[in-house]
Amino acid sequence: MNFFFEVLIGGLLSGVMYALVALGFVMIYKASGVFNFAQGAMVYLAALSVVGCMEKGAPLWLAIILAFLIMTLFGIATEKFVLRKLVNQPPIALFMATIGLAFFIEGLAPMIFGSEPRALELGIVDEPIPWVLDNWNMVISKFDLVAAGVAAVLVATLALFFQYTRIGRALRAVADDHQAALSIGIPLQNIWAIVWGVAGFVALVAGMMWGARNGVQFALTFTALKALPVLILGGFTSVPGAIVGGLIIGASEKLAEIYIPPVMQDLFGGNFGGIEGWFPYVLALLFLLVRPEGLFGEKHIDRV
Amino acid sequence: MIKSFKPALSAIALSLAMLSQGAAAAEEQFFPLIDYRVGPYGSNGQAFYGGFIDYLNYVNLKEKGVNGVQMTYEECETEYNNAKGVECYERLKSKAAKSAGPLHTMSTGISYALIDKSAQDKLPLAMMGYGRTDAVDGSVFPYAFPLVTTYQMQASAIVKFIKDKNGGSLAGKKIVYLYHDSAYGKEAIVALNAEAALNKFEMVQIPVAHPGNEQGAQWLKIRQEKPDFVIFWGWGVMNQTALKAAQKVGFPRDKMIGSWWTGSEEDVVPAGEAAKGYMAATWNVAGKQVPVIADIEKVVYGAGKGNLQDTSKIGTILYNRGVSAAVLSVEAIRKGQDKYGKGKALNGEQTRWALENLNINDARLKALGATDLLPEIKTSCDNHEGSGKVKIQQWDGAKWVPVSGWIEGNKALIHPLFQASAKQYAKEKGITPRDCSKEK
Repeated sequence: MNFFFEVLIGGLLSGVMYALVALGFVMIYKASGVFNFAQGAMVYLAALSVVGCMEKGAPLWLAIILAFLIMTLFGIATEKFVLRKLVNQPPIALFMATIGLAFFIEGLAPMIFGSEPRALELGIVDEPIPWVLDNWNMVISKFDLVAAGVAAVLVATLALFFQYTRIGRALRAVADDHQAALSIGIPLQNIWAIVWGVAGFVALVAGMMWGARNGVQFALTFTALKALPVLILGGFTSVPGAIVGGLIIGASEKLAEIYIPPVMQDLFGGNFGGIEGWFPYVLALLFLLVRPEGLFGEKHIDRV
Repeated sequence: MIKSFKPALSAIALSLAMLSQGAAAAEEQFFPLIDYRVGPYGSNGQAFYGGFIDYLNYVNLKEKGVNGVQMTYEECETEYNNAKGVECYERLKSKAAKSAGPLHTMSTGISYALIDKSAQDKLPLAMMGYGRTDAVDGSVFPYAFPLVTTYQMQASAIVKFIKDKNGGSLAGKKIVYLYHDSAYGKEAIVALNAEAALNKFEMVQIPVAHPGNEQGAQWLKIRQEKPDFVIFWGWGVMNQTALKAAQKVGFPRDKMIGSWWTGSEEDVVPAGEAAKGYMAATWNVAGKQVPVIADIEKVVYGAGKGNLQDTSKIGTILYNRGVSAAVLSVEAIRKGQDKYGKGKALNGEQTRWALENLNINDARLKALGATDLLPEIKTSCDNHEGSGKVKIQQWDGAKWVPVSGWIEGNKALIHPLFQASAKQYAKEKGITPRDCSKEK
């Protein structure tokens, strides 16, 4: 039983890491109704900016500020040169634009900062908490707990931002209907620039946590793969949904990886491990059949 | 009138004669380089192909080519993508029709995609430490060369190393095999199963889904299994993630031994302190203490003809491996010239013969300044691997340090597995294997 809880808690904490990436998708989707294919690449760019600035001699705090500025500038440039031309175009056009953006970032970022995998030390060692290990014989990582704390603060901030600020409300209005929002005087361009900037900040946080965990390298772009089932489960428009979805996906994939293969092996023989790559997608697919808008997503009702 | 043309005609005749002489002097050995320097694994390719090209230039500068034949190359970027690899091959093959050094793709996927095509086009495909491993049996795969070592022989050598560390016996021990859930990761299983049966240890297989950036469950399972050692077949981000996860569950890194794809600086530096003590197989040492590496820096970079912009890569594992691949390739060209004519470029068929008749011993490696860049290698029709030896190296937190001599995998146990697999392949494809006793 102890092992079960160890896997469960480890899974929940991994889920928080997925949610950090999923939050960036939610930001963009809420504001523009578009699925930002470039979010994984933005996570890579943000982390690479931090280590790139540190290599040029900046201390960590300054590198984070500079990376934030880079991501904000990137957000503004994306609005100015890509999205502005696509206002009122079908969502698929915006989606295609983000695919182009992803490849552009993936090519440009290593050209500027180099493509070698690098370490990012945030001063938090990824080791078990000795007290938990001694008393409960369970491995709970200090790093994962810090990541959970960071995610909690981020979610609270974003939820407050969306709910209680003028920009947040304008942002929700823009997400609902571009044209209607424009007609009542909401400056669409500014809103999009802000939201891409915020998504850049979320990418920076996710990039730093993932980069510190696995190294800063091209594979950070793959973190987006972990966020997709989270979004399907939690809903594309819900900040709390991203967190709850992340927790469910994280816990279920870890439990599945441990407990399903031995059963399959007994039934069919052979080796059935390595299922956590596809298990979350199957889970998300099943969930999609029951609740297409996700756990916290908004139900879309059209007038006939 | 004719008189007035005479000097002009003489000049033209002289020019043509000089041109033809020049053409003879400019005999060139072409290397089609299907490489990658950008994309997810670009930094690996930069070091490897940088080393490869630097050695070709070194041979040109130091000894004016091989018996006067200049080493030339053309690169084509694959981004480690199989489809692009095939495109590159198609683009370069016409240029390689006249003269061709071995193809090095540094990719198992691209090698698989090219194995039939290259045989048809009579262009030899080198797969040093990767690719289709049953191509060791040259009777079925005349144009494919899994040179130096294969995944299976490497796994066998790692078991031998662990066994020696354990006082010569592994009976009753438990070894976890943590692997990338792909053809690459699965290749070694057959060898490890055979070793487990022979040495009476328990083997627990734990796969990791691609890309392997999340291994929490696997390492909790490893913690529960309490293995004596972990043999690790990772790739890309999976390597750093495993090292960090091992640290997280408190598994000692000096009981983890990886394949050569997990043993470069790029694999351990991003893991920081978590990588200290970790071991991996290799067939070339790191560092500039290898004479030829130091000399390349002096001669090639001194002449401003170095291929790398980032010269800090010189002497890294992958840079030295690129040099090692080039040393082997150039030695094949020398061997081929001994048979087909000194000072003449070799075509694909001739290079194939040379690769099948390599005999690079320690004395030759020493003469080349390449001691510890390669083990001794002697190839033949029925052994396209030629060595099967690796060293084990350990990461001390700053550099890779060799902790063993050359260790040969259990050839008697492993090579019959290749032969059986090659035989099956020949049957499926309707290939009549060559009679190796008639090959010379």
